[in-house]
Amino acid sequence: MELYMSITIGVLFTIGVYLLLSKSLLRIILGTSFLTHGVHLLLLTMSKLKTGAPPLLGEEAQSYTDPLPQALILTSIVISFGVTSFLLVLAYKSYQKLGTDDMEKLREDTE
Amino acid sequence: MSAIHVIITLPFLLAICIPLFKKVWPGIHMGWFMLPLPIALFAYLINLIPVVMGGGVFHYSLPWIPSLGVEFTVLLDGLSLLFGLLISGIGSLVVLYSVFYLDKQKENLARFYVYLMLFIGAMLGLVLSDNLMVLYGFWELTSISSFLLIAFWNKRERSRYGALKSLTITVCGGLAMFAGFVLLYIMTGTFSIKELIADFSAISGHDLFIPAMLLVLLGAFTKSAQFPFHIWLPDAMEAPTPVSAYLHSATMVKAGIYLVARLSPLFAGSSIWLWAVSGIGLLTLAYGSYRAIKQTDLKALLAFSTISQLGLIMSLFGIGSAAAFYVGTSQYEFFTIATAAAIFHLINHAVFKGALFMVVGIVDHGTGTRDIRKLGGLMAVMPVTFTIALLGSFSMAGIPPFGGFLSKEMFFTAMLNIREMSFASMDTWGALFPVVAWVASVFTFAYSLLVVFRTFGGKSQFHQLEKEPHEAPLGLLISPLVLASLVVVIGFFPNLLSHSLIEPAMAAVYPFGLQPNESFVVHIEMWHGFTTELFMTIGVAVIGIAIFFLHRRFAWVNEPMELNVSLNSLYDHSLKGLDSGASWFTRNYMTGSIRHYLIYIFLFLTAALGLNLFLAGDITLKMDDFAPISFYEAVIITALVLSAIAVPFVNSRLMAIILTGMSGYMVTLFFVIFRAPDLALTQMIVETVSVALFLLCFYHLPNLKKEVVKRKIKLWNIGIAVSVGVVMTLVSLSVSGSRKFDSISHFFIENSYKLAGGKNVVNVILVDFRGFDTLLEVVVLGIASFGIYALIKMRGEENALNSQ
Repeated sequence: MELYMSITIGVLFTIGVYLLLSKSLLRIILGTSFLTHGVHLLLLTMSKLKTGAPPLLGEEAQSYTDPLPQALILTSIVISFGVTSFLLVLAYKSYQKLGTDDMEKLREDTE
Repeated sequence: MSAIHVIITLPFLLAICIPLFKKVWPGIHMGWFMLPLPIALFAYLINLIPVVMGGGVFHYSLPWIPSLGVEFTVLLDGLSLLFGLLISGIGSLVVLYSVFYLDKQKENLARFYVYLMLFIGAMLGLVLSDNLMVLYGFWELTSISSFLLIAFWNKRERSRYGALKSLTITVCGGLAMFAGFVLLYIMTGTFSIKELIADFSAISGHDLFIPAMLLVLLGAFTKSAQFPFHIWLPDAMEAPTPVSAYLHSATMVKAGIYLVARLSPLFAGSSIWLWAVSGIGLLTLAYGSYRAIKQTDLKALLAFSTISQLGLIMSLFGIGSAAAFYVGTSQYEFFTIATAAAIFHLINHAVFKGALFMVVGIVDHGTGTRDIRKLGGLMAVMPVTFTIALLGSFSMAGIPPFGGFLSKEMFFTAMLNIREMSFASMDTWGALFPVVAWVASVFTFAYSLLVVFRTFGGKSQFHQLEKEPHEAPLGLLISPLVLASLVVVIGFFPNLLSHSLIEPAMAAVYPFGLQPNESFVVHIEMWHGFTTELFMTIGVAVIGIAIFFLHRRFAWVNEPMELNVSLNSLYDHSLKGLDSGASWFTRNYMTGSIRHYLIYIFLFLTAALGLNLFLAGDITLKMDDFAPISFYEAVIITALVLSAIAVPFVNSRLMAIILTGMSGYMVTLFFVIFRAPDLALTQMIVETVSVALFLLCFYHLPNLKKEVVKRKIKLWNIGIAVSVGVVMTLVSLSVSGSRKFDSISHFFIENSYKLAGGKNVVNVILVDFRGFDTLLEVVVLGIASFGIYALIKMRGEENALNSQ
């Protein structure tokens, strides 16, 4: 399972990076959410998958999955949601003001 | 705090008081307030001569930064006393001269004297410090005050150029010297020159000995305008003439020579030191005297003459260091003559060069030009100035009976003695030294004649001048007259100096050369028989006079050479090249395109991570304890991968958003499979809200265009994206395949209920065990919402800004 998860993480990172390198602002923001997914899955995979019951003590199981990475991911999800929503509004405002969402056109004129 | 500490601080205190004087007595020339201080310092130092002659050394310490070994220690021995006398003595004369030279109404005198006092204090501190760090501090202070003085007329472009150039070169050298001092500290653990010299056996065999020596020499050579660092000195002639006379002939440029003399007991046993100091000195001597002939501006001529004379003194100190090889033998004294000559010429040069600069200032004042092509025939209108110039130049040329003649004889003696040396390949190459010295002396003779006779002799051409030439006022003449009479006094009674100043100074240069209660005996005689030196001097005079008469006829010979061999253009071009190279570099990588910056980041990430993984051999693909994969999981993985891969290919924004949302929901499903109920819940809600937000926002954005990208750029993007993906896969595999130690999570599972009373371990971690994270995460969310609110509300104020 970890092998396939690793490959999936690789794919998510590839797509995320590819989208980040593109010109349109929309694609860049979509790219960040792929990167976020990749990181979250990576965190989860790093702590051994499927080693027991969900970390709820009421289950009274022999063993539980690692609760710490889950707590970390939960924090990360909320933070990345905050950042993404801010980015979205920023993109909206910058399109309103500048009339383009092409990152190459937003370049400062260096000549 | 001793009296010597006080005399170093006095000029700084006086500099602070200058604005006060200006306010209280605005009508009086500021120089009069300054004049008593250098005179008092001079008198104080004169009083110390008998003590120092008797072998007395003043050594006082004042703690400054004791933990770093930096103490404000002063050391006054023969060498420091000699420099202190030059600084305070010529300083008094220069202050007096500047009172009459600088106009009370036209010039900002308060500023001038603040800089000058700063310089005097720094220079005194430099020659009286025993601690290398304190010495370095004063060294840089002389550079800075010299910079300020050169650019005193800062409205002129040439002044600013000259000041910047001199600062650049001397500060670069100063920094090298600083590094050399630090190396000396590493070798010995002390910054005190006295202790260093006492401990020099610990240094001489050390690996850092030669680097330290070369770095210190770099500092000395840049300060003392040795080849090829001499280029700042001619440009420093944009300074007011009193400054040129004081800083750039008598005192500051001798700081490097002081350093060489001061540290010579430390380094003298090395043949590299001997070759570097005397070789560079001789090269500078020859080059400076050759270039001086070609100058048409009197100050530039004197600047090159200063360069060449400094080279002469430097080379003599280099040869004097050879005495260290002969300690204890009868030849020892033979080589110490060179040091005696160096010190004697140092005094001579300070005296006559100061006088000559003042003369040039008077000529400039009286006629309005310093160009020797326009001058001539001033002898009749400026008789006193002419006499001073004649005395100064003849001393510079080495014509008897002036001081310069004696030092030139001693110089030749030292140069001839060098053939006796039997080490450091001197027996083969040493013969070159007297030849070069002789040729340089010929040029020196010729330009000395040029200074006097082109300016004061020849036909008068007063119609070319801006002003009607006239003799200078008495006040302007006092200082050069004093110096000129000193030239004569030294010439006739050289032994006045030899006992009082030269012998104690030599004792400082050769601390091991003397038995207790013994002192060097330097006896300078005007007439020493028909020796080789005398015939050399006669030859110098004959050829020098010939060059003087042929000078105008053969002027064209010099011109092309000068154009080709120009260190100035090399300096200018390398500075310009550095500038344009740096801006070219910045322009090329700081493109302003976010894509480029991301590429740098990702390339670096891939390289750093990949290389590290590869080098550490951490790619362990142990898959033994990997969990098995089930059918449902395989389906979810396939769906996630397919939805992700599809996103870059779709051209409708709705489709892209839906595909992104879909991969988010697939991640939610993973959380379900991997037993993370809280994550699954949160992810689902967040994904839903995000998708809604995306849709809301991009309703206003233009439709997603098909990206028209060049093939090359596309390939780059794909390459970088794939390499990041591959590296992350490898990281993930190697991390999950091996575990160095167990997780700490059993603590949370065991204690979640016992300590915190909760059964949902993830929630307990979030609000109890690691509640701090959650607090700040809430803050992040709060800031994001405030930010969004501000962004949306911002519009009105921005319009107000635009309308302004």
